[in-house]
Amino acid sequence: MDILRIATAGSVDDGKSTLIGRLLYETQSITRDKLEALDAASKRKGLDFLDLSLLTDGLIAEREQGITIDVAHIYFSTPKRKYIIADTPGHFEYTRNMVTGSSNAKVSLILVDARHGVVEQTFRHFFISAMLRIPKVIVCVNKMDLVGYSEERFNQIRDEFQRIADQIHSDGQTIDFIPVSSLFGVNITSKSDEMSWYPGDSLLHALESIETHTLWETSRPARFPVQYVIRPKTEEYHDYRGYAGVVASGSFSVGDEVVVLPTGQRSKISTIEKFDEQLQKVNARESVVLTLENDVDVSRGNMLVKPGEEPVQRKEITAQVCWLDYQALQAGKTLILQHGINDTKAKVISVDEIVNVQSLERIASPGQLKLNEIGSIRLKVAKPVFADIYEENPANGAFILVDEFTHATVGVGFVNH
Amino acid sequence: MSSFGDKSLIPASALENPVFPRELEDEAIYIMREVAAQFERPAILFSGGKDSITLVRLAQKAFYPGKIPFPLLHVDTGHNFPETIDYRDWLVNEVGADLIVRTVQDSIDQGKVKEETGKYASRNALQTVTLLDAIEEFKFDACIGGGRRDEEKARAKERIFSVRDDFGQWDAKRQRPELFDMLNGRIAVGENVRVFPISNWTELDVWNYIKEEGIPLPSIYFSHRRPVFERDGMLWADSVYINKDEDEVPYEATVRFRTVGDMTCTAAVLSEATELDDIIGEILSAEISERGARMDDKRSEAAMEKRKQQGYF
Repeated sequence: MDILRIATAGSVDDGKSTLIGRLLYETQSITRDKLEALDAASKRKGLDFLDLSLLTDGLIAEREQGITIDVAHIYFSTPKRKYIIADTPGHFEYTRNMVTGSSNAKVSLILVDARHGVVEQTFRHFFISAMLRIPKVIVCVNKMDLVGYSEERFNQIRDEFQRIADQIHSDGQTIDFIPVSSLFGVNITSKSDEMSWYPGDSLLHALESIETHTLWETSRPARFPVQYVIRPKTEEYHDYRGYAGVVASGSFSVGDEVVVLPTGQRSKISTIEKFDEQLQKVNARESVVLTLENDVDVSRGNMLVKPGEEPVQRKEITAQVCWLDYQALQAGKTLILQHGINDTKAKVISVDEIVNVQSLERIASPGQLKLNEIGSIRLKVAKPVFADIYEENPANGAFILVDEFTHATVGVGFVNH
Repeated sequence: MSSFGDKSLIPASALENPVFPRELEDEAIYIMREVAAQFERPAILFSGGKDSITLVRLAQKAFYPGKIPFPLLHVDTGHNFPETIDYRDWLVNEVGADLIVRTVQDSIDQGKVKEETGKYASRNALQTVTLLDAIEEFKFDACIGGGRRDEEKARAKERIFSVRDDFGQWDAKRQRPELFDMLNGRIAVGENVRVFPISNWTELDVWNYIKEEGIPLPSIYFSHRRPVFERDGMLWADSVYINKDEDEVPYEATVRFRTVGDMTCTAAVLSEATELDDIIGEILSAEISERGARMDDKRSEAAMEKRKQQGYF
């Protein structure tokens, strides 16, 4: 069984929680005791219907404010696959949560209120989906019941959205538009009579037919960051040295020649192991242990690659960065740069550009990057980073920035060149 | 003990039709290895329940053919099912892991916590103090727990690496964003991290994994006869640890437990499920969610979040 990871985003009140609640309800993912609790809570609010939004609005602070303030993970499954929804808030202040929740997603679900159409937030959501290169965007035009299920209104919103999308170039990203009513369950898990003019799939049907395979990642250059060295030092495994990790991209087979970065030493893969199982080949995203033919010096943070497709060893990085901290990012600041499992000290050389995600206007030399802002920076690193350009190989092209003193994760970057 | 071996045969149905999403195992093993690499003194919080048993299996696979490079920590309330303790001792011997046990009784004797009284008395809340003391005693910087985001609403927002302050407290607003699969376990002295490798698993995923891996379980997960009594519409194992009312008269029934906590706060369900396939069948048609059978969460709607803030797992 495979997993489809979805990121949802929407502005406050556009009915995102209700939409998710509806998906859970109609895929029978809600147990009786939770339904009873929901019914009781709905009645306390004086409602005569089930308030499905209460299923996902979790924390105490949220209940006080009536809004979602963090990334919440929601699970449901169909006979075909397991779904993980990262539900991210739609507020201005919480861009960082949206980027976080979207970082593992293969699908971005964007909600638009049919009455209000494309609003400022919609730009932001789409911009982030494009920046992260999420392969599929599904735009749910919600609350269609409040606009009389009007085809004209739906087309208007679709065209307007498409116009924005055309400005943000992203290869290989496809966009679907679905008119829905979460409140009444229209076009969520099944098609209905209200909008016979709509020829496409219901939301669930669209999700079920998305390909989740890792073919694309596997077709990228082979990258194996060494995460942990296993040395049992027992009688039976006296000289055993196993290199544990996840294949970031590409694939490796027994007998493949590999280059160890940064030393440049060469060896051949002698075994690929998964617990007590021996594999011939391993693809992207799998956790394995590799053993090598000769005794080369390999430790955590090194990377195994194939000769002829080595990444550039970067001492200087230009990257698009989303800043996640209250204290602004400025030139001269030193940080820890974590690329995958590897880290190094880094210094900001310059903040070159800032992007207004609403107007798409770019301002040169803004001096600093504040919380929730996205811009382009240049960094110098203490030891070389084996990153690819994000656009070419996302699995090896992103990094996080960590504050040296508070240890907080303060930024996320996407390597430009 | 050979009695656990009986359940270790992998059902033929698991081999014919595997349904467990293997990505979840890859992710959990990656997290286990990050813990070993990033921290100096990690431990697995072991309760004897199926989630912590799953953690031990994942740790075993992550470091094979080496041994699990950290100990199991059991915070023993003294109110465990005896079957759980038997299983625990068998398991540590089987996988060759180190076991550390710290007891709530000691915390009570030291006057650090006070035993609850009355009908609903439980040591469930008291174990937080024992846990925090053990963390301090052994200077554990990372504690691996079996928490899953699908269990409860407050857990849905939990990170994989969850930073706790000196008092073991969780602050929802201070949690670090987790981007892609990059885990940031950097902490200051006195802080520690709770790690949840099976965050993205559901109850059904855990059961399917146990089935497909052929992992033995404590016998109380399977149908058996035992004396029970009714309270608040649920069935409770009769034991000396629960203060019964006069009208709460025990009788014998065929039951099993869906979740394994203390005898005082874990309800039984009537069940004839003697095999994993039967259990999975029950879950697929289940009407009550897993935590519905845990009295500790029912105390208030925000119960879990409040306990997390105080340093509970």
